[in-house]
Amino acid sequence: MSSGKVTVRGQRRKKNHTKARLILFGALVLLLILAAIFAETLCPYDPNQQDLSAALQPPGAGHLFGTDRYGRDMLSRVIVGARVSIFSALILVAVIAAAGTLIGMICGYIQGAADSIIMRIADICLAFPGLVFALAIAAVLNGGVGNAVIALAVISWPKYARIARGQTLAVKSSEYIAAARLAGSTPLKILFCHILPNIIGPVLVTAMLDIGTMMMEIAALSFLGLGAKPPTAEWGSMMSEGRSMLQTYPWTVLTPGIAIFISVVLFNLLGDTIRDYADPGNGSRQG
Amino acid sequence: MKKILFRRLLMLIPILFGVTFLSFAMMRIAGSDAVLQKTDTSGVALSEEVIEAQREEMGLDKPFLIQYVNWLGRFLRGDLGESYISGEDVFTEFVSKLPATLFLTLTSVLLTVIISIPLGILAAVKQNRFIDYLIRVCSFIGNSLPNFFVALVLMYFFAIRLGVFPVISEGISLRSAALPTLTLAIAMSAKYLRQVRAAVLDELSKGYVTGAKARGVKFSVTMRKSVLRAALVTILTLLALSIGNLLGGTAIVESIFMWDGVGKLAVDAINMRDYPVIQAYVVWMALIYVAVNLVTDLTYSLLDPRIRPGGEDA
Repeated sequence: MSSGKVTVRGQRRKKNHTKARLILFGALVLLLILAAIFAETLCPYDPNQQDLSAALQPPGAGHLFGTDRYGRDMLSRVIVGARVSIFSALILVAVIAAAGTLIGMICGYIQGAADSIIMRIADICLAFPGLVFALAIAAVLNGGVGNAVIALAVISWPKYARIARGQTLAVKSSEYIAAARLAGSTPLKILFCHILPNIIGPVLVTAMLDIGTMMMEIAALSFLGLGAKPPTAEWGSMMSEGRSMLQTYPWTVLTPGIAIFISVVLFNLLGDTIRDYADPGNGSRQG
Repeated sequence: MKKILFRRLLMLIPILFGVTFLSFAMMRIAGSDAVLQKTDTSGVALSEEVIEAQREEMGLDKPFLIQYVNWLGRFLRGDLGESYISGEDVFTEFVSKLPATLFLTLTSVLLTVIISIPLGILAAVKQNRFIDYLIRVCSFIGNSLPNFFVALVLMYFFAIRLGVFPVISEGISLRSAALPTLTLAIAMSAKYLRQVRAAVLDELSKGYVTGAKARGVKFSVTMRKSVLRAALVTILTLLALSIGNLLGGTAIVESIFMWDGVGKLAVDAINMRDYPVIQAYVVWMALIYVAVNLVTDLTYSLLDPRIRPGGEDA
């Protein structure tokens, strides 16, 4: 408690500190995304090139991360796998954040019957525990990364709808909204030009914090065979392929696992930093 | 209290209808034709007439909504149909696997409580000190680890390398449950630690703590008698709510450790496209989740009179 004193200088130092972290983690995440985009040029080997004579080699000079059971270079597969894992998570979060915000904003603005119905639907989606519903949807849709993303989108949009709705309700009664309405702005203009910019902050922070979680969930679905299909290099499905060989060839499981871990850590660090930056008041409180 | 209970139960009705309807609709879309699905697995070619007759027998020629109502009626009587694969009654199978999952859930929740509550309180009391940073870093790492990865790493070190625990579970025993429990508890504690810390910090920042200090009350006494008691309500609620996530998360962990519970049953069913089993899993998990949340909410208002809603709460 003794270190909880708030001084102007302390706050400024903290702000600068946050800014430095923002730049550092932002750069690292950018690097990760760039690596995913230019995956092919970074790969030392062709990630899908099978070479049975070199199957299951331990990590070493030739193959830095070893090879899998078909002799494919693990390092190359991990690098190429970044593309599927990272971009599917980014697309997923973008879709649910956009759709959820739009729905929540409209519900909050018009209220009435449509609002109640949509919010009850959101409640129903939230009534399914975590991955259970996503598992079922992915099973119904027969796997594939695209379908895994759809399955997770179906269960994840209500969170954003709730945030956006709450924020919209708070903003709606402000005088500037009334002024805009008096000035003859259409509801569409009020929604997108006046309400959206004022509620987007919390939504973006939530979205940033969600990327890591979504990456893990997509990988989990792939691990269960409900995401990326085998020849595609994807971290979750690579781990699933290596799982039966854990005893003798642990690197086939550990390298993609570490790749997931590192990327999730980077995205989470960036998310945390953005939250601290957006709302410095409770940064240390939230941990 | 009765009034709240009544209103909450009333609010459950649309949610339960929605949950069952969604599950039913989903499986109908997926398994588009239960007859073909069934005959597919038996490998016998049937004539069009036989298939038609079977369809009529199963009520598949009726409109969608009537099918749903019929299905719901059977569901409420505990008749969930038969598994496409084993041909066994889904309900019996499901119920026979439930104890294993509940056991695992219980041990993980217990371990989570043992890990996260003391550490969360410690981190809050020592805010911004070394121990606080250390605990937060560990919680951060735990939050960034997918649980199937944790499961495999634990399995590699403890079961394969050291041979302390069995690789494949040998029935419901603490020894077999150790690794799956640890896996689930790591993920949960990581999330939960932060919330405990935040709840305690929030309580510590209140005026009465300073007041007690000014009056010369020992910090440990304030902590035990006031702060922890107040924070406990929040802590318990958060824990109960996280049981839902646990129920979903057990599926992967159970199937990795071959823990014979409903999660593994569901994952196997998903791989075999055994729709009646998947359906039962989804509906039951949703029901348990909703029930847990309801009980949590009620306990919450019982423990903390301030939250007891007198009038309309939106």
